[in-house]
Amino acid sequence: MESFTYLWHGFQTALTPYNFGLMLLGITLGVLVGVLPGLGGPNGVAILLPLTYGMSLLPGGTTSAIILLSCIYWGALFGGAITSILFNIPGEAWSVATTFDGYPMAQQGRAGEALTAAFTGSFVGALFSVLLITFLAPVIANFALRFGPPAFFGVYFLTFASFSGTSRSPFSKTAAATLFGFILAAVGMDTVSGTLRLTFGFETMIGGFDFLVAVIGLFGLGEILLSMEEGLAFRGGKAKLDLAIVFKTWRDMFRHWKTLLQGCLIGAWMGVKPGGAIAASFMAYAVAKRTGKNPEEFGTGRIEGVIAPETAAHSAGASALLPMLTLGIPGSGTAAVLLGGLMMWGLQPGPTLFAEQKEFVWGLIASMYLSNVVGLIVVLATVPLFAALLRIPFAVIAPFIIVACVMGAYTVHNSMFDVWLMLIFGIIGYLCKKLDYPLAPLTLALILGDKMEDAFRQSLLGSRGSLLVFFSQPLEATLMIAGLILIAWPLVTGRRRKRIGGEGDR
Amino acid sequence: MRTTLTLRFAALAALLTAPAVAQTKWEPQKPIEIIVNAGAGGATDQLARTIQAVCLKHNLTKQPFIINIKPGAGGAEGMLEAKKASGDPHKLFIGNSGIYAIPLANKVPFNWRDLTPVAIVALDEFCLWVHGDTPYKTAKEFLDAVKAAGPNKMKMGGTAALREDQIITALIDDKAGTKFTYIPYKSGAEASVQLVGKHIDANVNNPSESISQWKAGQCRPLCIFSKERSEYKQKVAGDQSWNDVPTAKEAGYDIEYVMLRGMFLPGDVTADQTAYYVDLFKQVVSKPEWKEYLEKSALKSAFIAGKEFTDFLVKDEARHKEIMTKAGFVAQ
Repeated sequence: MESFTYLWHGFQTALTPYNFGLMLLGITLGVLVGVLPGLGGPNGVAILLPLTYGMSLLPGGTTSAIILLSCIYWGALFGGAITSILFNIPGEAWSVATTFDGYPMAQQGRAGEALTAAFTGSFVGALFSVLLITFLAPVIANFALRFGPPAFFGVYFLTFASFSGTSRSPFSKTAAATLFGFILAAVGMDTVSGTLRLTFGFETMIGGFDFLVAVIGLFGLGEILLSMEEGLAFRGGKAKLDLAIVFKTWRDMFRHWKTLLQGCLIGAWMGVKPGGAIAASFMAYAVAKRTGKNPEEFGTGRIEGVIAPETAAHSAGASALLPMLTLGIPGSGTAAVLLGGLMMWGLQPGPTLFAEQKEFVWGLIASMYLSNVVGLIVVLATVPLFAALLRIPFAVIAPFIIVACVMGAYTVHNSMFDVWLMLIFGIIGYLCKKLDYPLAPLTLALILGDKMEDAFRQSLLGSRGSLLVFFSQPLEATLMIAGLILIAWPLVTGRRRKRIGGEGDR
Repeated sequence: MRTTLTLRFAALAALLTAPAVAQTKWEPQKPIEIIVNAGAGGATDQLARTIQAVCLKHNLTKQPFIINIKPGAGGAEGMLEAKKASGDPHKLFIGNSGIYAIPLANKVPFNWRDLTPVAIVALDEFCLWVHGDTPYKTAKEFLDAVKAAGPNKMKMGGTAALREDQIITALIDDKAGTKFTYIPYKSGAEASVQLVGKHIDANVNNPSESISQWKAGQCRPLCIFSKERSEYKQKVAGDQSWNDVPTAKEAGYDIEYVMLRGMFLPGDVTADQTAYYVDLFKQVVSKPEWKEYLEKSALKSAFIAGKEFTDFLVKDEARHKEIMTKAGFVAQ
């Protein structure tokens, strides 16, 4: 087993004091980057990329450079959950689903529990995918090749389908929110026709709406507005601050091994194609909710609602590195910047990388194992610190959160226009909550809408308009049929629930 | 937040960089921003990072570079950002054929004359690629098969719509009498993987976008759309080098297309400022690391500045207008 020799060698390289120090530094920086909304993983890695160029020129430096960068990547993945849970502001797109139950948990004084569950779930998910990469890299890489436009559409369709019917709002409002999300996603340059849409002649609109700007407003600011209306309540005073909470949560998590496993599998599967982590986190949340014992309790602070999306997002985040290395297609924005780094250091990603750059590839994989362990320890140590933030009275912390929202929106593209947009989205978010329009499907449509539309139209271009293309191959047909069943399911169970609980509209 | 952080790192990098540049009349006083109007990790980003790396290694500038990724709206966002920066000599923009194609296809209020052309630092090539398992050995064999299959039977994938890849496809259809179904993807890397996965029949990727797949035997270049063969004779895949790939003309099709990779300053900068950058890029392209980068990406080496560059732009723009009008790509 030649590769294990390289992996072992990789571990030795990664464990030198110098590289270990870089690992700690990278994780800490990454968490910081993940915590600041808007700064985000891609920007964080991009800022530090030039520094690593100097490092990569030293002997063995390429490995050190990638260790530093991939640790920032992991740190950002871990950190994205923190603001989602504490303040309802998703730091990254894949943390949106974490807010659904994570934020209510924090509100109930269970922030420590939610953070521990998120971090541990992330760790388990990443470990699962790294193990897969270690043993099954060629198989997974080939699987990714089977995804043509119809299969991509199938995956997005399945994501939406699994999410349909999980909303507690009436169907008509869910549909309206979803369609509004699709409209927002359509603004800007259209990939398939190469023309601009819905920009109304405004230059600032041609880039479309960035989902980060939208979610910071919809979730973060919207929540603040709602809290202000309810009065400046003193909240979260009960948050426990000791590390014992970590062990207690771990004990609890064992009972949710099924949710963990679902997250791992969904994440690893979705991660091998672009945009994977986002779809994975939403899908895992929906699956956990559908298969959970009390689906109606989701959204009120269920720990599975935090475990599922975080596990899936991290699992996808790890497996996303595989298509990046073997196909040259980054699975996420951050992976794209890492890819730029590899190229800058003279490494050509593609099918030959594993054969030509064994030392580097296995060094990277070894660092993925180690940095996740180090990352988990670092972030868990910060749990009491972050949970303590909630002890601060709302009247004091609210202005800081608003400042963070404004800064976050500005940093996404260094644009003042985005700040105004964020404020408008904040008001929309507030109104949606007041009027019971669900935000989750709106966000999902905004994030995946244009990708789904591209895949749909690319498929139809290829099939010259025939919808049968979505059912012509086993892979596509399975995805589509599974999606159709999921859509039909709540029509049956929903009607029953309405009869029993009278929970419907009107 | 990002700006302050960037500046802090920039300041740090500046301290570490010993100033050793030949004196010119004007010099940058603060970090130089390079606007990349395409995705992180893509070909334009790589070009920017190579410039950054070469300048860092050889201490060519006293000020560090900051790379600003503005991929929105298929590149239009970055173009408008460069236009807005009028008078700022600390911003550079990397232009490609999009500077003519996007305004023609979309009526975006942009014209390259809004900017100050500095220099072309390389020219990008395009190849016709098919899957490695297909029997076609020459462009003629393949294109005859496409023609025989009938219109819209074969799929050509490419980066974005109404841009260089679709323009080349239109040129092929015109000269070879074929009719491809063109399917636009987000990036060349995506088009490359779609070809390897046999979801499309061909693509016209840049050499760098498909080199790794070629090495692995997953795809094969049939011809290169350049006036003459590539200058690189080093073996790339098996016993084949870039130089072994015949030109489209040799294959019997009179199709020629290369894409500029040019550096621009915003409008309203002084002649001194432009001269500083012309000189800087002249130095950059002479360094071994730059040549290594060109060879690795199979880019055509070129350095065109001053009036020659402007002439190139005028001619290239007219040609795009002609091809795109004929193909019906121009916004009405």
